[in-house]
Amino acid sequence: MSSSEHIVSPVVYVGVFLALMALTGLTVFASTVDLGMWNTPVALLIAVTKAVLVVLFFMHLKYSSRLASLAVGAALLWLLLLIAGVVADYLSRGWVGSPGT
Amino acid sequence: MSSVADAAAHGAERHHPDLVHHFESLPAQKEAATLGMWVFIAQEVMFFGGLFAAYTIYRHLYFHAFVQSSRHLNLPLGAINTAVLICSSLTMAMGVHASALGRRRATVAWLLLTVALGSVFLGIKAVEYKDKFEHHLVPGESFQAEELHLEGPAARPAQIFYSLYFAMTGLHAAHMVVGIPIILTIAWMAHRGRFSPEYHTPVEMTGLYWHFVDIIWIFLFPLLYLIGRHH
Amino acid sequence: MTTQIGPGTGEPPRPPLPPALSEPPPPRVNYLNVAYGVKSWLLTTDHKRIALLYLASVTLMFFLGGAFAVLIRLELVTPAGDLVQSETYNKLFTMHGIIMVFFFLIPSIPAVLGNFLIPIMIGARDLAFPRLNLLSWYIYVFGAAFTVYALVSGGVDTGWTFYAPYSTTYSNTHVIAAGLGIFINGFSSILTGLNFIVTIHRMRAPGLTWFRLPLFVWAHYATSLIFVLGTPVIAITLLTVVLERALHLGIYDPRLGGDPILFQHLFWFYSHPAVYIMILPAMGVVSELVSCFSRKRIFGYPVVAMSSLAIAVIGFLVWGHHMFVSGQSTYAGLIFSFLSFLVAIPSAIKVFNWTATLYKGSVSWDTPMLYAIGFVGLFTIGGLTGLFLASLGLDVHVTDTYFVVAHFHYIMVGGAIMGYLGGIHFWWPKITGRLYPEMWARVAAVIVFAGFNLTFFPQFILGYLGMPRRYHAYPEEFQVLNVMSSAGASILGLGYLLPMIYLVWSMRYGPKASANPWQAKGLEWQTASPPITENFERQPVVPEEAYQYAPESEARVV
Repeated sequence: MSSSEHIVSPVVYVGVFLALMALTGLTVFASTVDLGMWNTPVALLIAVTKAVLVVLFFMHLKYSSRLASLAVGAALLWLLLLIAGVVADYLSRGWVGSPGT
Repeated sequence: MSSVADAAAHGAERHHPDLVHHFESLPAQKEAATLGMWVFIAQEVMFFGGLFAAYTIYRHLYFHAFVQSSRHLNLPLGAINTAVLICSSLTMAMGVHASALGRRRATVAWLLLTVALGSVFLGIKAVEYKDKFEHHLVPGESFQAEELHLEGPAARPAQIFYSLYFAMTGLHAAHMVVGIPIILTIAWMAHRGRFSPEYHTPVEMTGLYWHFVDIIWIFLFPLLYLIGRHH
Repeated sequence: MTTQIGPGTGEPPRPPLPPALSEPPPPRVNYLNVAYGVKSWLLTTDHKRIALLYLASVTLMFFLGGAFAVLIRLELVTPAGDLVQSETYNKLFTMHGIIMVFFFLIPSIPAVLGNFLIPIMIGARDLAFPRLNLLSWYIYVFGAAFTVYALVSGGVDTGWTFYAPYSTTYSNTHVIAAGLGIFINGFSSILTGLNFIVTIHRMRAPGLTWFRLPLFVWAHYATSLIFVLGTPVIAITLLTVVLERALHLGIYDPRLGGDPILFQHLFWFYSHPAVYIMILPAMGVVSELVSCFSRKRIFGYPVVAMSSLAIAVIGFLVWGHHMFVSGQSTYAGLIFSFLSFLVAIPSAIKVFNWTATLYKGSVSWDTPMLYAIGFVGLFTIGGLTGLFLASLGLDVHVTDTYFVVAHFHYIMVGGAIMGYLGGIHFWWPKITGRLYPEMWARVAAVIVFAGFNLTFFPQFILGYLGMPRRYHAYPEEFQVLNVMSSAGASILGLGYLLPMIYLVWSMRYGPKASANPWQAKGLEWQTASPPITENFERQPVVPEEAYQYAPESEARVV
């Protein structure tokens, strides 16, 4: 085993697995409850939590170089930029100028 | 120029059969491969991102049609598939772990288990797709929205939902269809004793790819199957 | 072998030097003659050979795209649409655009010069992933094949912009094949960008810190960020067009409630940064040339390096300036307009810094420098006219006219292609081990410059007067300017043909080049011309800053 590698214990893997299953159950349950405008944010928050667990532990990002984390951060930022930029057009129609523009 | 001591220390690794000529050492080679894989995943995020952007716009514009369309998706099958993929991520992580410890047979077993679970996922997806065909919910000439309790103009955006459903889950499934033969290849290589604690990078890289595919589904499931289920 | 502080105190050689009698002879075996035969080329993993594979393919595609330009300019000599039918004309400008943008401009400098030089410039033996590099080339060829198939089976008429719903529903041409061709080709870009990023981060020679890197490398790093973060978006966008046409998965169809403007958002999210993919590498070349042929370190090196990153990042924030009249919200238009003014700043910084480099430099006018200075002038004009287009009100007047066409050709042709040609000439001795004929090269550069301006300057006037783009017939009063433009195009074409001839000639008959015929700084000039396969006999170490042309005291002043 090379010195630079961090071996993650299977206990961690099983723990993450159980958390992921629990969160899946939670998201299904939460979708059946009327939380008004909070249904979508809650669903997304749970999905993000699951993804973070997979990225940090299954994908070893927690034990990887800072550069790898930078790559992940950049990807997420750019994804947000794409979605937000497109959504911003639709949301801002009618703010300035003739109606509907 | 590296010191003589470094050169001697690297000497053993310099002659490692898996060290390629343009890298100084195995750890350097592995660092590069890992970074490369993360950069690849970054571009995959942007690749799927276009579809997520389209989804966001249309869900905002046609929420009611999206709610009605989503209810017709098979929630139990979707949930089971989510669980199946999470299990496959566990088995894949265990496979990488086994390869890092040099446990050849365990590596192969975990990888084959991952393939099996992935295949179950695809099988369930096929069942779902077939169901959509039978209920005339495939976009195009034969699309019928009656079952969704949508009428007239309100029914037309349902085709957009189902277009996105097929495009997003289809693209995701395509990534699994590519991934499974890759895992099988890696499993074969492991079986032949190709990997060691010093060199098991291909197993790790395959793991990164597979976990990423899992993450996509982690988002697809609530976004497609769980819209407005409380209504 | 360590880098040398060379003889440069400001006396440039002119023209480039063949090997002096006192120099050691070049190694008998280099990357070109180490192996012969088709297999040794088609299965190579040597970044230098892959660069030449790309050189051959992009040159082929350039002349194919150029052929369409010839037909376009021929048609536009007369006001009537009399050479071809309008449907055919639509195909001509579409194919010209697709081939030039995706199969020439985007790959040209990165895949040819970047592939060849980056490992050598950082003191490495190859890129991080040599086999991936070869795969990138094969993907390029595969994508090009799809596109050529679309061409020979009847062409595409949507414009290179593939706007929905025409591309998805109403066009009767080979949209799927062309879309797939570009989609496939995109992965060539993405993998090249990935390779460059990992290589530059992880394989620099000892002593080569980020701020000692050549600006050519900085430029390609910034370009690679765009490759990786932007290209996937056009990939998925074209895939959705293909899916909509083939499988009726309709997300842009207005009859279903789909929005064609969504297509434009997704398309331009990549295609605007794509123009920075096309210009940043050329800017990197220009930095190398201006420095060498002024015998001076680039003025404000750290700022120029950072400006490449700034262009790459801010370039992702301005795509809506292609959509001012599309139906996008006016508020979004305001924001995009403002941001588009912002993105001009780092580009302007480069122009100021190149100019400042010339001041008190010892300037010589070898061919590469002619192209470099031509770039600076023409890019400035192109860039300034970009500000016209970024102004909301003005854009309403000139959008979809020849003003836009002139603007982007000034940048793409006056800028990027001149940068490419300057780089090809500068590094030709390194790549081939031969010197090109300097007189012919200077003549060709002047012909290119003259032909270019005659072709495209009248188009600014035409556009401002109201001539729309993508029309093959036009009012009579526009004929004089159109004839000037077409005449210019024939001169420009001659200017491009000349290098083809003398560069190929030089590979056989040109005098042999020394390791450093330009007496330039940079690790690539510290190894043989042409290099050995492993690039260096021994691992180089970098003890000094980049561009140490002037004596230490002068270097510190800037």
